[in-house]
Amino acid sequence: MKQVHVKLFTMHIEDTIAAISTPVGHSGIGIVRLSGKNAVKIADGIFRSKGGTKLKHTPSHRIIFGRIVDPANKETVDEVLVSIMTAPNTYTREDVIEINCHGGAISLQTVLELVLKKGARLANPGEFTQRAFLNGRIDLAQAEATLDIINSLTKQSRKAAVEQLRGKLSAKMEAIREKLTELAAFVETYIDFPEEDIETPSLTDMKKRALGIHQSLRKLIDSSRYGMILRDGLKTTIIGRPNVGKSSLLNALLEHDRAIVTEAPGTTRDVIEEYLNIRGLPVRIMDTAGIRNVKDIAEKEGIKRSIRAMKEADLVLVILDGSRALHDTDMELIKKSNSKNTILVINKADLEQKLTIPESIFTRPTKGKNKRGREDVNKITVKISAAKGTGLDKLKDKIVETALTGQTGGGSSIITNTRHVHALEKALLSVDSFITGVMNKISPEFLSVELREALDAIGEILGITTPEDILDRIFSNFCIGK
Amino acid sequence: MNINNDYDIIVIGAGHAGCEAALAAARMGFSTAMFTMNIDTIGQMSCNPAIGGLAKSHLVKEIDALGGEMAKITDKAGIQFKILNRSKGPAVWATRVQADRALYRKFMREAVEAQDGLDIRQESVEEILVQKGHVTGIKTTAAVYRAKILIIATGTFLKGLVHIGPESCPSGRAGEPPSINLSESLGNLGLKIGRLKTGTPPRIVKNTIDFSVMEIQGGDMPPPAMSLFTKEIRNPQLPCFITYTNEGTHKTIVDNLKYSPLYSGKITGTGPRYCPSIEDKVVKFKDKLRHQVFLEPEGIDSDEYYANGISTSLPYEVQIKLVQSIRGLENAVISKPGYAIEYDFVFPTQLKPSLESKLIQGLFLAGQINGTSGYEEAAAQGLVAGINAALKLKNRDPFVLGRHEAYIGVLIDDLVTKGTKEPYRMFTSRAEYRLLLRQDNADLRLMEKGYNLGLIDKRHLNALLKKKSAIASELKRIRHTRIKPKIINPVLKEVGGSPIKEDTTLYQLLKRPEVKYINIAKASPPGNGLSQEVINQVEIQTKYKGYVKRQAELAEKFKKIEEKIIPAGFIYRGINGLSKEIVEKLEEVRPLNLGQAGRIPGVTPAAISLLMIAVARQGRK
Repeated sequence: MKQVHVKLFTMHIEDTIAAISTPVGHSGIGIVRLSGKNAVKIADGIFRSKGGTKLKHTPSHRIIFGRIVDPANKETVDEVLVSIMTAPNTYTREDVIEINCHGGAISLQTVLELVLKKGARLANPGEFTQRAFLNGRIDLAQAEATLDIINSLTKQSRKAAVEQLRGKLSAKMEAIREKLTELAAFVETYIDFPEEDIETPSLTDMKKRALGIHQSLRKLIDSSRYGMILRDGLKTTIIGRPNVGKSSLLNALLEHDRAIVTEAPGTTRDVIEEYLNIRGLPVRIMDTAGIRNVKDIAEKEGIKRSIRAMKEADLVLVILDGSRALHDTDMELIKKSNSKNTILVINKADLEQKLTIPESIFTRPTKGKNKRGREDVNKITVKISAAKGTGLDKLKDKIVETALTGQTGGGSSIITNTRHVHALEKALLSVDSFITGVMNKISPEFLSVELREALDAIGEILGITTPEDILDRIFSNFCIGK
Repeated sequence: MNINNDYDIIVIGAGHAGCEAALAAARMGFSTAMFTMNIDTIGQMSCNPAIGGLAKSHLVKEIDALGGEMAKITDKAGIQFKILNRSKGPAVWATRVQADRALYRKFMREAVEAQDGLDIRQESVEEILVQKGHVTGIKTTAAVYRAKILIIATGTFLKGLVHIGPESCPSGRAGEPPSINLSESLGNLGLKIGRLKTGTPPRIVKNTIDFSVMEIQGGDMPPPAMSLFTKEIRNPQLPCFITYTNEGTHKTIVDNLKYSPLYSGKITGTGPRYCPSIEDKVVKFKDKLRHQVFLEPEGIDSDEYYANGISTSLPYEVQIKLVQSIRGLENAVISKPGYAIEYDFVFPTQLKPSLESKLIQGLFLAGQINGTSGYEEAAAQGLVAGINAALKLKNRDPFVLGRHEAYIGVLIDDLVTKGTKEPYRMFTSRAEYRLLLRQDNADLRLMEKGYNLGLIDKRHLNALLKKKSAIASELKRIRHTRIKPKIINPVLKEVGGSPIKEDTTLYQLLKRPEVKYINIAKASPPGNGLSQEVINQVEIQTKYKGYVKRQAELAEKFKKIEEKIIPAGFIYRGINGLSKEIVEKLEEVRPLNLGQAGRIPGVTPAAISLLMIAVARQGRK
């Protein structure tokens, strides 16, 4: 069904747009980027090159040293390098100016405000890429992956985004589309050629094929969790009884690898989030307010909160005090944790160790594969001393390992874009309806609706599967024509 | 009879497209002439003697609802009526009718001859006359005729070349002369012309067939009529027979492939994949040990059977051997050999959705000349061309059906937007909104449009409106009528359904797969007796509500993009970011709106976004 999934853009493409193109807080160096037909003129209004040359007289693809001067008071805002790139050989296929500033966040902001005063419009998020896309410079999948590049916080996410650009994802989705088209051809043949000497498709076969597609989709969607982590950060919660050393651990980790600190007001209460960069993995510590102000909370309430936090987190760090015997609350927290995304951090390893984890914890009513033995617990346990800074490297390794091997398909195809995940989930829903339909023996023209919706969902990313594509498959697979 | 040589509209060709075009034009009040090379072949079914089938009966019923002729003639000529796909839902039911070839010609000829304002002339058209980009008339072998509008519906006759084995002979159909000069004339006007191929199987003498060893296939009784306007089917009903090829047949074919013009490279045109020759089937599907042969009666008084399934262009001697290797045909005598035919067609992307040429004002093309195959596809285009010819003379907007409104809309949109590489045939899978475009609701979808065009009379419109209101009020009644478990549970038990515990609406009950309308009507009858047609609609519209609603929502979205009009004469060159290839495609098709633009192969969503902005910008200026 074409399935007119043409995306509609409503914006003014005549404007010259501007934005700070490096993520806030990364470092003192940042770029103010301009794109559009007035980019050069606007830049010339605030830029004084060392040699006095105007940008409009400068050949394309040059870098010029000079100063940004506020025209209102003639004061120098920053010393900068300006790159001039004229259309069409630019990222957006428009004239592009990049002002490389050195003076930190404030000078970046001032430069941006100056170009806005000179007539540029603040770019919408991703608008540069959107222009590149609109001007035919890149395709939709590339555009989306590129947006993710821009957003990615760390080297590792950049790698994931780059791989997506290279079409690893496209190849996987293409394979799914291939199978869907084939199944659709199967169903359509049954509808359109009832009098041909062709075997009626068996329900078992249709179901089998659909289940195969279901699994491929599932796998791809699951792999997206990793992608999400790379983009949004690994949601991590640190729990434990008072005084086990939660905040000292947090501080120790922060001191080591502090990347970005943001303070954002929460919706229901003040939630302070800390961002860590651990081996290139963005880690987001949730509810640090809870960690730091936990003392006046009743023990019972504390456990309740912790359990709730565990449920929401990608990664749970349960902190135990090695210098004290195991408390009932510790027991409770360990029992409630899930070995797949939990690390037991035994702190205060520099003191005399009194902590033993009793066998009883491991004799939970589990059977077969889910049996949780001592070895499993050892596997997820790391000893550290937050005070002395020992064991932190081991903990970091463990965090990365857990994030990558836990419930995520490390190394498989990575989806970093929410729209892709939605599309895949939509496709999965349709495939599941198809399977239900087959089991309920509903008529094939309805089954076809489900398959076409699945194809349309995939089509939102890869482009449309037309009826002609399905007919092609029919005629190559079946001998039609009595 | 018009004694001048002046007409409003001239139609060239009197096949399925030509007849519908001429009838519509004359019925809409314009003096019309239909030219044919042979009056005795008006309405000729040149391929198999059947009308309808999947997606095709949908077209025929749409033609019927718009006031066309095909369905009525089919009912008059029908010798077997059958609804295909009965085991599936109503959206993909399709009526297939075996028709008596001679009767079809007879009744179609009567219809066109009886039509006021329509003259029929047997003359070969040699040249199209054009002045300053406008059609002015035609030149035949006998005279010059003036007309404001010309509809060309010449089927496979343009430079037709019939192949039987190594022999080939210029023909329009086997045994009939082709039209050479007309094709040249079209080419000279600047239209781009391509070449296609199709084929037919041999016909077999009835009393040389041993039917006793074949499967017999009869029609439905009582015969389900094709036309809404048909009161009864009068002809005696005849069965078809099914037999199969075997390994011996396949060996004969493989051994003689070198004599097939298909495989010797003699044929250059592209054939239809859905209707391959037996040579193709045997070569491409080696693992298939048998192929079905469907023997269709040519007519009540005919001595011939049409051997559907073994279309071939092998030499005559090989055809005899091939046929006689088939069970039940051991002693068969071929009355007419099968053949392949190559013919010229005009790339349909050169047409507007009205089927008028973009190049020449007043020149309309319909039917096989546009690269389609099938009587039904031809008739549908003929009707639309005839209607639009008349509307043009009335200075009214063209009649264009959307893909969400009719298979006719899908057909013409596909042709003028995407073109075709093989003879184009309709399939239900081509229709995005298949569940909405059912053959049972063709009248509900289209008859009012037919009335507005002047092709459906007031009496029938009133009957339609009455039917619509009866459906609506019965749907309302069953939604609002709750029934007690005590009353309905015995009925539910009877049909094998689970009982209800509390009062339930009739509507909820009818949604259950096992419950039929008669079951609920028995327990709670409607005030007035309802016709079977109304009952069918109530049942279908209730049972399939969920899916139908989903498609209706999609159709609504579709409509929104179709409403984004690209102005006539829009300039694509110079739109920033549009590649040269895309500009060329857009200039070739000249889409009416952004939806159509998006369906042109190779036009990307990015291009559509740009186009949308550019259209908006040109509009603002």
